[in-house]
Order: sequence, then structure tokens, then C-alpha cells
Amino acid sequence: MLAYIFRRLLYAIPILVGVNLITFALFFVVNTPDDMARMQLGVKRVTPEAIQKWKAERGYDKPLLFNSAVSGRSTVTETIFFEKSARMFVGDFGRAEDGRDIAREIGNRMGPSLAIQLPTFVLGLFVTIAFALTLAFFRATAVDFWGVVLCVAMMSISGLFYIIGGQYLVAKVWRLVPISGFGDGLDAWRFLILPVVIGVVGGIGSGTRWYRTIFLEEISKDYVRTARAKGLPETLILFRHVLRNGMIPILTQVVVAIPSLFMGALVIESFFGIPGLGSYTIEAIQSQDFAVVRSMVFIGSLLYIVGLILTDISYTLVDPRIRFE
Amino acid sequence: MGFQVVVLWSDVLVWLLLAAGLGFGVLIARSPPLLAAWRRVGANRVGMAAATVLLVFIGIGLLDSLHYRVRLDGKAGEPVRYGIEVRSLLDALATPLRTRNEKTYSAPFATRLYAKESIDVPGQGSVRDYPRLKFGGAHLGANENDVAADAGFTALRAGVLALLLWLVLAGGVAARVGDGTAVDASGWRKIWRGETALAWDAVLATLGLILLAALPLFWLASQYHVFGTDKVGQDVLYQILKSVRTGLIIGLVTTLVMLPMAVLLGIVAGYFRGWIDDLIQYVYTVLNSIPGVLLIAAAVLMMQVVIDTHPQWFSTAAERADLRLLALCFILGITSWTGLCRLLRGETLKLRELEYIQAAQAFGVSNWRIIVRHILPNLMHIVIISLVMDFSGLVLAEAVLSYVGIGVDPSMTSFGTMINNARLELGREPVVWWSLAAAFTAMFVLVLAANLFADAVRDAFDPRAA
Repeated sequence: MLAYIFRRLLYAIPILVGVNLITFALFFVVNTPDDMARMQLGVKRVTPEAIQKWKAERGYDKPLLFNSAVSGRSTVTETIFFEKSARMFVGDFGRAEDGRDIAREIGNRMGPSLAIQLPTFVLGLFVTIAFALTLAFFRATAVDFWGVVLCVAMMSISGLFYIIGGQYLVAKVWRLVPISGFGDGLDAWRFLILPVVIGVVGGIGSGTRWYRTIFLEEISKDYVRTARAKGLPETLILFRHVLRNGMIPILTQVVVAIPSLFMGALVIESFFGIPGLGSYTIEAIQSQDFAVVRSMVFIGSLLYIVGLILTDISYTLVDPRIRFE
Repeated sequence: MGFQVVVLWSDVLVWLLLAAGLGFGVLIARSPPLLAAWRRVGANRVGMAAATVLLVFIGIGLLDSLHYRVRLDGKAGEPVRYGIEVRSLLDALATPLRTRNEKTYSAPFATRLYAKESIDVPGQGSVRDYPRLKFGGAHLGANENDVAADAGFTALRAGVLALLLWLVLAGGVAARVGDGTAVDASGWRKIWRGETALAWDAVLATLGLILLAALPLFWLASQYHVFGTDKVGQDVLYQILKSVRTGLIIGLVTTLVMLPMAVLLGIVAGYFRGWIDDLIQYVYTVLNSIPGVLLIAAAVLMMQVVIDTHPQWFSTAAERADLRLLALCFILGITSWTGLCRLLRGETLKLRELEYIQAAQAFGVSNWRIIVRHILPNLMHIVIISLVMDFSGLVLAEAVLSYVGIGVDPSMTSFGTMINNARLELGREPVVWWSLAAAFTAMFVLVLAANLFADAVRDAFDPRAA
């Protein structure tokens, strides 16, 4: 087991290196630091001196890959690639445009993101699985048909509308919760409840359909027919056999999603003014803060890879037939 | 009035896509299994109703993909000059909608502006009141309270016309479906009982509904602002029509970008295995492991810098917006080919072990010939299913990306930019709801139709999946 996990971790390294190279190419080769400086400074203030100063302040005045001005090990380390990309592996993300330390900011903002995402995720999973089991129980009846119709309709609504509509109705018209903001401690639930509910409702359509398909596939298998022939009640079959055997695809979704919970939801967070990583990313995109976007790309893929490894491990726990190969 | 044809890059791709679609149709007609599957789609009532709606949207998009610049009036002998504004055939057809701009917000069917202004009334000096609209309900003159009666009457007339038009259409279909012996009721009966191979009953019912909605809408649109006007007084209906093309291009051109890459790499990885497989798997795992939105954001940010630093590349604003749209499609395509590629790789791995392929290899048929003749056709159903399934997701993604600020050019009308503007309007007192409601409805209908059609296609091509 340990050897397996270790091998999986080793396998993750080339992927992270690949991500790093892609982001490096995107941010520094497609556009030179000069272009970025021009962009940040605006049209009016662009002078060669201003560009030089901007680059020097942020450490972009070095060569991209190879520094021939210095000797020894510094030829590699005193480059943009080493300072801006390679150092991310040790958690050094540098500074944002406003001068704040990005790593610290990320640490501070993980909490609020998790406070939104974790309840959304757990509740959403519970609601969609319950709904999907209901539809599977009433399969090939009017309940199933109209349930699927409802799901397709809900899938066809843009997530933006759930947010805008929910915020308008619940917060503005009914005044049940504050429109936006975030509080610390126990008081925070008043700010959290609406985004969580909207997040759950927005995911019901596609989630239910996906789980319903899985359950229906399980139901059509032979062991279910055997169980039925034994005279087991349908509810028992559904809960004991089908749910348990449908666990693998469900688990895949769940485990892959866990790390990404830290990333926060881009749009929901920015609509509700929650100081999480999602809104941080959106602010960075809108203010064209390249250093922050670069760091978020790296963190995002790191979490994704962690998720993949966790999935593989969890497979082996759920289904002993899958070996550590 | 002369004009100069403007061919935007996205236009080229749209028409190329149409041609490819037609060519694909010819190929399907020659391949019995594919033809049988499409026949099953044709027999699916919900699927055909959805297809009818989609075709209307596509029609609007195609009309909006023929661009031109109008020649400016000049004295004789002067060199010919053309207007800076790039228009499309749709603009020409919807000229009253495009040109009849009010000052600012006005509600649907309003005759007065949504904000009070100081108006000079003869004899009373300056009065603060809601000023009359320049165009909305202008034909009513002094009887501006008769909006409901007037609009109702117009809608009724248009509705009757729509019914007549529908009868003509339905009659034509019935005549074709019937025995062809004489003009009798056999065709009608077949359609009514749903006995036709193609689900004509669903198509005709949908067409009837569309006509009943569209004709009154367009008739009324020439007299009123049916969906109101936005902040700068532009008709919301016109914006909706313009958004359709943006959504379609994002949905269609993106698939055009990702398809060759996904198919080629997926098959090659599965067929040749070994280091090629490892390499391709590595590439898509790396791309996959970057969260989609972030990769798109990073790429769009970079592209924005390129566009901003090279203003000399574009002669009109439309060209710049167009290039940005295409770049967005490209970026979306590059981030979304991995899923299909993985599916195709897995299926190819399975296929290449089958006896007939091994037989072909034993006969010394070249690898590429085997891929083209035996593997590709057997993967077609996966490709088709995933293409139609992806479409609605891409239209939805465009809205979110444009909201985040990494979508289409802000000057380009799209559902995303409309929603983005409408968001602030909800915070106004009194609230401006019509832009959002109109964008919501149009987008919902488009995405719902796409989802339903995709389901029909999946059911027909992959009967195992429920």
C-alpha cells in the first residue's frame, strides 16, 4: 500500500512540472514582461524607464531561462523561470500587485472558501443522491419522467441566474438574509446560508441525472434480479445493494471534488462578497494580476492531482478486487 | 446604395461548418448504421421538436454571419469610402430595431421613458415627468393609453397570419407525406397518428408554436419595444437576436477546434500504444489537471495583452471583437479536447483487439488504412454523442466567462454581457427586470433545446445508456 502511494506521488511530479512549464510558457513566452509592464502601466505612462522600473520592482528584469551575466549556479537560479515558476514548488508564490504576500493571502482565504464549499458539497451530495434514488425507485413511472424533465430544465438554467434570482428574491425582496458580506465565528451562518442553498440547487439537475443513470445501470444487473427473486423488498435492494455498488462512481466524484473545495467557487464568492479564493482569483483576473493568477493555476492543479491520488487509494478501499497495480 | 462585403474569420468558420455539416450528411446517407441511428433521432418526438427550435436559432445565427459595410454617400469623383460599422444581413432585416434607440431605459410596451426628466410644456414652463418615447408606441399619438387594445389587436392579426402560414406549411408537408396519388387526407391522417418515419407531428406542432410567437413579436416590434430598452436605449429584442450568433459560435466553432485534435490523438494513442500513448496521456493529464476556468483565464489574459499591444492588426472594432471571440473558441477547444480524447483512446484500445482488425493486420493492410476504414467509423457514435452533449455546456460557459470578464469582447453582444449589465439593473429602484428576463428566456430555450436534442441523439446512438 505504502509503496503504491509512493509510486503515485512520484507519478504526480512530472505532471506538476508539465503544469509549471505550461503556465511559464503562457505567462512569459507568449507575452514578454515588457508587454505586461505596458499593460499594467497603461498607455499614458509608458516610457522605457517606467517599464524598466516596473520590471525591476517585481523581479522581471532577469533573463527568461539562462542568465549569462553571472557565473556558476546563478546562471540558472537568477532567471525568471527559477524565481517565478520553480520556486512555487516550495510554496513561494511571490507578491501580488498590491504588494501582499500571495502565499499568506491564500492561507487566509482558504477558510471562507471552505466554509461555503464544504456545506454546499455535503448537502448537495445528499440531496442529489436522495433525489436520484427516488427517481430510480419510481423508474418508468410518471414520477421518474417528470423528475427527469425537471432535471433537464434545471440543467438548462445558467448558474448565473440561480445566483442573481436567489439573491434578488431572498435577500432583496424578502430581506431574509444580508445581500452580501462575510462574518467571523458563529454569526457567519447568516451570510453563508444563501450561497450554500444556491450552490446546492444549481447542482441538482446534472447531479441527479448522473446518479440516476448509475443507479439504473446497477438495477439492471443480475444480482439485483437474484435479490428480487429471493423476495427482498425493493427498498432494501435499493439501499443495501444498489447504493453500495453504485459507490465507486460516486466516490470518484466525491474524492476528486474534495481538494477543489479549497479553490472556492469563482462566481458565487464574488457575487456574495465572500473573501475566499474564488473571489481572489476573479479580482486578480479583472485587475490582470498575473502573479496571482499564475499561483492559483499552480495550486489548482496541485489540488487536482492530490484528488486523483486520493481517488485511486479510495478505490482500493471500496473494492478489494482492484489491486495496487 | 453600394456595399462592401466583409468576411470575418468567424463567418468563414461558420459557413465552413455548415458545409462540413452538409458533407457529413452525405456521408451519413451512405453509411447504413449511421443512417439508421439518425432515423431513430428523426422518430424521436422530443428530439425533433428540439431540433426545430435549434434550426431557428441557427437560421438567426447564419443571417447574422453575412457581414458588409455600407458605402458612404460622397460626391462624384471622390474615392469610394465605406462606413466604419460592420453590419450583417440580420441587422439589415432588423433595421427598425437597430436604429430606433430611445434615450435610456423603457419598460416593455411602454410609451414613456422609465426615468423622470424636465420637459418644457407650452404654457406651464418646465415640468418633471416621464417623457414620451421617440419610437415606442409613437403611432398611437395622443391615445397612448390604448396600448393594450392596440397591441392585442396587432398580435391577433399576426396570430391569424401565423396560423394561415402554418396551414400552408403543414399542407405542403401533408401532401409530401401522403400517398401522392391525389390531394386527400391520407397525409394528414398519418401525421396526426404519428405514423410518419420522421416525427412530423412534433415538428409541425413546434413550428406552429414558433410562428405563433414570432410573427406577433416581429409585428409588434416595429411599433413597440417589446422587451423594453436598456440603459443606452437600445432595444433588448435586438440584443437577444445578436446574442444568438455569439452563443452558437462558441458552441460550434469550439467543437470544430477540439474535434480533430481529440480524434487524431485519441486514436493514435489507443492504436499505436507504447511511448506514443504515454506521451499523449501525459499531455492530456497535464492539461486536465489545470482547473478549466483558470487555464482559460490565464490564456485569455495573455491573448488580451497580445491584442492590446497590436492595435494595427485590426481595421475595425468588429474585427478585433471577432478575433477575440475566435481566440476564446480556440482556448475553450484546447481545454476541452481531453475528455473526448480519453474516451476515444479507451474505445480504440478495445477495438484493436477485435478479430477483424487483427485479420486486416495479418493481411498487411497499412495502419492508417485500418484506422480510417475500420476504427474511425466504429468510433463515430462516441464522437457524435459527445459533440451534441458539449454544445449546451459551452453556451452556458460563455455566459459565466463573459461575466467573469474573460469571455467575449465587451463590445460584442452576448448572453453573458447582457446578464452582466442586467445585474446592476436589479439593484436599481425601481427595478429594471426586462433585460435579464429576456436574456434568461432566450438562453433557457436555446440550452433546453440543445439538451433535449442531445438526449435524443444519445438515445439513438447509444441505446444501452438510459
